[in-house]
Amino acid sequence: MWGSNAREAHPIFFHHALAGVRNGAKMMAVDPRRSQTAKFADLWLGLNVGTDIALANGVGKYILDNNLQNDAFIAHSTQGLDAYKASIEEWTLERTAEVTGLPEYAIAELAEAYATAPTAQICWTLGITEHHTGAENVMALCNLSLLTGHVGRYGSGLVPVRGQNNVQGGGDMGALPNKLTGFQDVANDEIRAKFEAAWDCTIPAEPGLHLTLMFEAMERGELTTVFCIGENPADSEADINHARKVLEGLDMLVVQDIFLTRTAELADVVLPASAGWAETEGTVTNSERRVQRSRKALDPPGMAKDDLEIINLIAERMQPGWGNPSAEEMWDELRTVSPMHGGMSWERLEEHGGLQWPCPTLDHPGTLFLHGWLWEEDLGGSEPAPFTVNEWRPHVDQLDDDFPLLMTTGRVLDSYNTGVQSDGYNSPIRSGEALDMNPHDAARLGIETGSRVEVSSRRATIDMTVRVQPDLPVGLTFTTYHFADTTDTNQLTIEAWDKKSGTAEFKATAINVRPKATAGA
Amino acid sequence: MPEIAVTDARGTEAEKNAVADAIAIQSPGLITFDAIGPALTFDGDRIARAGAERLFHRRHLLLPVLHAVRDAVGHISEGGANEIAEALQIPPAEVFGVASFYELFTFEPAGADDVVHVCDDTACRIRGALGLIDELRSDGAVVHGSPCLGLCEQAPAVFVQRTGEQHVSVRSATKDLVTAALGGAKTTPIAPVPQDPADLTLLARVHDPLAVDYDGYVARDGYKALAKAVSMTPAEVIAHVGDAGLTGRGGAAFPTGFKWSAVAGEEGPRHLVVNADESEPGTFKDRVLMEHDPYSLIEAMTIAGYAMGAEQGWIYIRGEYPEAARSLKSAIAEARSKGLLGDDVGGHNFRFDIEIRLGAGAYICGEETALLNSIEGYRGEPRNKPPFPTTNGLFGRPTAINNVETMVNVNQIMMLGGEGFAQLGGGRSTGTKLFCLSGHVERPGVYEVTYGATLREVIDLAGGVVGEMKAILMGGAAGSFIGADMFDVPLTIEASRENGFSLGSGVIMVLNDSVDFDDFVARIAQFFRDESCGQCVPCRVGTVRQSESLLRIREKGAPVEEERVMLDDFAKVMADASICGLGHTASGAILSAMDLGLIGGTR
Repeated sequence: MWGSNAREAHPIFFHHALAGVRNGAKMMAVDPRRSQTAKFADLWLGLNVGTDIALANGVGKYILDNNLQNDAFIAHSTQGLDAYKASIEEWTLERTAEVTGLPEYAIAELAEAYATAPTAQICWTLGITEHHTGAENVMALCNLSLLTGHVGRYGSGLVPVRGQNNVQGGGDMGALPNKLTGFQDVANDEIRAKFEAAWDCTIPAEPGLHLTLMFEAMERGELTTVFCIGENPADSEADINHARKVLEGLDMLVVQDIFLTRTAELADVVLPASAGWAETEGTVTNSERRVQRSRKALDPPGMAKDDLEIINLIAERMQPGWGNPSAEEMWDELRTVSPMHGGMSWERLEEHGGLQWPCPTLDHPGTLFLHGWLWEEDLGGSEPAPFTVNEWRPHVDQLDDDFPLLMTTGRVLDSYNTGVQSDGYNSPIRSGEALDMNPHDAARLGIETGSRVEVSSRRATIDMTVRVQPDLPVGLTFTTYHFADTTDTNQLTIEAWDKKSGTAEFKATAINVRPKATAGA
Repeated sequence: MPEIAVTDARGTEAEKNAVADAIAIQSPGLITFDAIGPALTFDGDRIARAGAERLFHRRHLLLPVLHAVRDAVGHISEGGANEIAEALQIPPAEVFGVASFYELFTFEPAGADDVVHVCDDTACRIRGALGLIDELRSDGAVVHGSPCLGLCEQAPAVFVQRTGEQHVSVRSATKDLVTAALGGAKTTPIAPVPQDPADLTLLARVHDPLAVDYDGYVARDGYKALAKAVSMTPAEVIAHVGDAGLTGRGGAAFPTGFKWSAVAGEEGPRHLVVNADESEPGTFKDRVLMEHDPYSLIEAMTIAGYAMGAEQGWIYIRGEYPEAARSLKSAIAEARSKGLLGDDVGGHNFRFDIEIRLGAGAYICGEETALLNSIEGYRGEPRNKPPFPTTNGLFGRPTAINNVETMVNVNQIMMLGGEGFAQLGGGRSTGTKLFCLSGHVERPGVYEVTYGATLREVIDLAGGVVGEMKAILMGGAAGSFIGADMFDVPLTIEASRENGFSLGSGVIMVLNDSVDFDDFVARIAQFFRDESCGQCVPCRVGTVRQSESLLRIREKGAPVEEERVMLDDFAKVMADASICGLGHTASGAILSAMDLGLIGGTR
C-alpha cells in the first residue's frame, strides 16, 4: 500500500485485502502517516511527504544492484532499461535514506520483499497522485513492476484504487479533455472521422481543458459558461477562496447534482438529478475495468430527473429531433463507436455479472489482465513497455521559518470528500474536522487536544481545533476537508498542480500554527 | 463501562504490569505460537512493525490477559481494557465484547477485593444456599448468586474470586468457612468417592493423596499406558480406541475412535482439546479426576497426541475450578520437567505439550465450538457446523475435542486392549461410566459402574434415597426429570434413549418431597435464560419467555395448561432454529417436570 489509507478511504476493498493478509499475505505500507491501513502492515515506512519518486528510484536501484530483477521479463517485454538505470544512479541507499527520512535497512527490506515475492501488487491512491509530480509518481512505481515482472499476471499488478464506483467509467466514456469514448485519441484523424460520421458533426482536433485549466481559462475570462455535473469544485478545489471567486465571475453556471452543494448555491440554474444507484438505469465501470449494469428501483423524488434525460432534454432544445433515447439505446450506439465495448450487450452484462474491457465482440469473454500481453510471445503485437525516467522534485510549498510545519490532507472513514454525500448522516465515530499533530509539536506549541489554533498558509488563515495524534511523525500535521462549512481547509492548500494529470498538490502545504489567545488572556 | 470507541483512558501501573506479565509468562510448552515477538515495535517515528502474523497470533492471549488484569485489580477498568487492546493490538470494542461475555469479568469495582459466588443452582438450592447468601450478605460480604459450581456432592458450594490472591472454593460451605477463606484459608479437596477402591478403575487413584504427585502416580501404574501406546504405531492406537467402542462421556456419546481417525487423516498441524468446562448443573466427575488424578489426564492426552499426530494439547477448564486448575498446572510443569511433555516426549521421538486455558464463567463454552472460539480469544459463541472441528477446529486446524472422562478411559483401553475394554458392558455402551449422585441420597459423590447397572443399583451404591423420592433429574439442566418407574432401567446409552431420557454427563440428582419444584424448575429456566449466548434469536428470546412463564406459574399461580401451550411452542422453535445444544435442550427439563405433574401446586 503506497500512499493509500484504504482502511478508511476504501473500506470495502480493504476488507478483501485484509482477507489476503489473514491468509498470510505480507503487507507493507508507505505513507508519511502511520495510518489505519499502516497499522495492519508488517512494515510501515513513514517517508517524507513528496519523496515517493526518491523512494521508488532507490528501491529500483537496490533491486538492480543486488541482481533481484527479472531479466527474462525485462528482455522480452520492456525497453529503455539503460536510460532508466542511468537516471537512478544517484539513488543509493544513503541518498534515498537522506531524502526520504527512512532508515536504509527499511528501504532494502521493502525492495527485497517486493522483488522476491512470487506475486506482488502495488496499490496506491491519492497519496501518490495529489502531488505536483503525480503522474511521474505513478510512472516511478510502474518502473518497479517492469523490473520485477509483477504485472499482467494472476496475483500481481499495479492497482490504483479508485475513489468511486465509476471513476473508470467516466474516463472510458470520454469525460477526458483529450479522449473520445473508449479512450480513443481526439487528435487522431481516423478516429475523429469515425465519430464525425457516426454523430454527423465536426469534432475539434485540439484537446479540451481539464479542470485545473478550466479554472485558469475562467480566470482569464475565456471560459464564461460552465455546465457542472456531479462535481463540487466550490468545496474541493485547492486555494478555495480563489476558486469560488472565479465561479462567481462566470456569465452562466449550471449545476446538475443530487444535493444543493456549495457550487449549486453559486449557480444560475440548478438541475436536480436522480441518484446514480437505485434511481438510474445504466452501467458503471469499476477499477478492474468491469462494466456492470445498474438498475433503477425507485423514481427520483420531486422534480429530479435521470441525468441522461436531463441531457437529452437540453439536446432536444438545441437540436430538435434528438428524442429521448433510453439508456440501453445509447449504450448500443456507444458499442458501435467504442471497439473495447463492442461485445458488451446488456444481455451479456447481465448474464456474466459484468464484463471486463476490452471485449470487442459478442463471443469475446472479456479481458482479465489488461497487461497480460506483456507475457505473450509476440507481445500481442504491441511495442515493449517503456521504462520511464522520473526526476524527484520536492513539493512546491516549502517550509521556512514563517511556515515551519507541513500539512497533508486525506479522508476519514465516516466521511466522503466534501461531505455532499456523507454529512447528512450521523456517525458515532465522527469527531469533526481537526488538525492532527504529533505530541512533540503540540508540546512545543503549548497546546493539547481541543485547543483552538490559528492555522496560516501562504494563502489564508483559518481557525482549527487540534487533536494530538501519536501516529504522525514530528513536523507533519494532517487534516481532512470533509467539513468545509466549519473548517475551510482548502483555503490553505496550494494550487500547484501536475501538468500531466491536472491534479493539485493537496498533500503538501506549508503552515504555521498559533495558539488562539484564550478568553481573558 | 468502557466506551465502544477508543478513549484516552490509560491503565494503572498494576494493570500495565498484569498485562505485560501475562503475555510474558506464556507457557514454555506452547508449541503452536512459539517465537512471536511483541505485537508492535517502533524504530523512531518513521518505522513500525506489526503485521498479520503478530496480530492474529496474539488474539488467543486475550482471555488469559483479561484474567490477569481482573485478578490483579478486581475488575476490568476502561484504562485496563485499553492497555489490553494496545498490547494485543485488538480493537477496544472487541476487548469489551469478549470481556462482557463472561460472568467473572466486570467493568465496575465489585465493592470489595473478594467476590463470594454462592451456588444457588439446583443441588445447592435444596441444601441451604439461599440462607447462606442472606447470612453472608448481612455480614457485609459482596455475594453473587452463581450457577452450578460443580461441587454438588458437597453442597452448598462457594467460589471465592479474590483479588491479588489465589481463588479458592469452599465446600459444604458455612458462613464461618467462607469467612476463613476470605482470610486466606485454602481448601484441600477430599475425594467424594465412597466406593470400595477395589471396585474402581477410572477412579482407582483418586482416594490416594500420593497419586497427585509424579512419583506417587508412577508407583501406582502411572505412565504404563503411554509405554504400551508408543510400542504401537499411531494407527494401531487409534484402532484400539475404535475397537474398544469408546464413546464420548460429555453427553453426546460420539464414537471416539471415529473422531480420532478423522483428525489423524487431515493434514497437520492438528490440535487436541480437552473439554474440562464442566458446567452442566449437577456434574462434578471431571473435577474429581483433575483434582485427585491429574497425571492420568495428562498421560491419556499424550497418548492421544501421539495417536493423532497432534502436537498441541489444550485443557479448557472452567474458571470456577481453582483447585483442579492448580493441580493440573503443577502436574503439567512436573511432566515437562521429566521430559514427558515437550519436544521429545519420553525419548519416544514425538512432540506434544499441553496448554491450560481458564474459562471465565460461561456455561455455553462447554459447547465444543464455543470453547474453540473462547480459546482463540473471541466471544464464546458456538459456530455453525459443518464444518466440524475434525476438519476446521482450533485456529482452523483439524481438532479432536474430548471430555475429561472420555480421555481418561484411553489409559484403560491401552492397558486392556481395545477388545478387552469392549468386554465391559455391551453394545454401544462399553467400559465403565462415572455418575454424579447428588441431592437426596445418603452418600452423594462420584460413582463408577460398568455400563449396564440399573438406576436402582447406582442409587443403592450411594446408600439409597433420603426421605420420600419425588423425582430424579437425569443428565442435568439439559436433561430431564424421571420418576421411580425408571428405577430398573439399565443406565446404558441405548436403554436410556429407549425410555425417553439421556444419561448426558452422568447427573443423577435425587429429589425428595421436601423440594419446592416450582422454585427448582424456575431456577433451571433462569439458568438457560442467563446462559444463552444470544446468538440465535429463538434461544435468546425463547429462554427469556420460558423463564417468565415459570415465574408466572410460581408467583402468580398461572394455570399450567395455558402456559404449557406456549412452552411447547418455544421448545419447538428453539429446537428447530438454534445452532447448538443449548437451545435444543433448554426446554427438556421443564416440559418433563410438567409431564410428571411436578409443577403448579401438586406438591
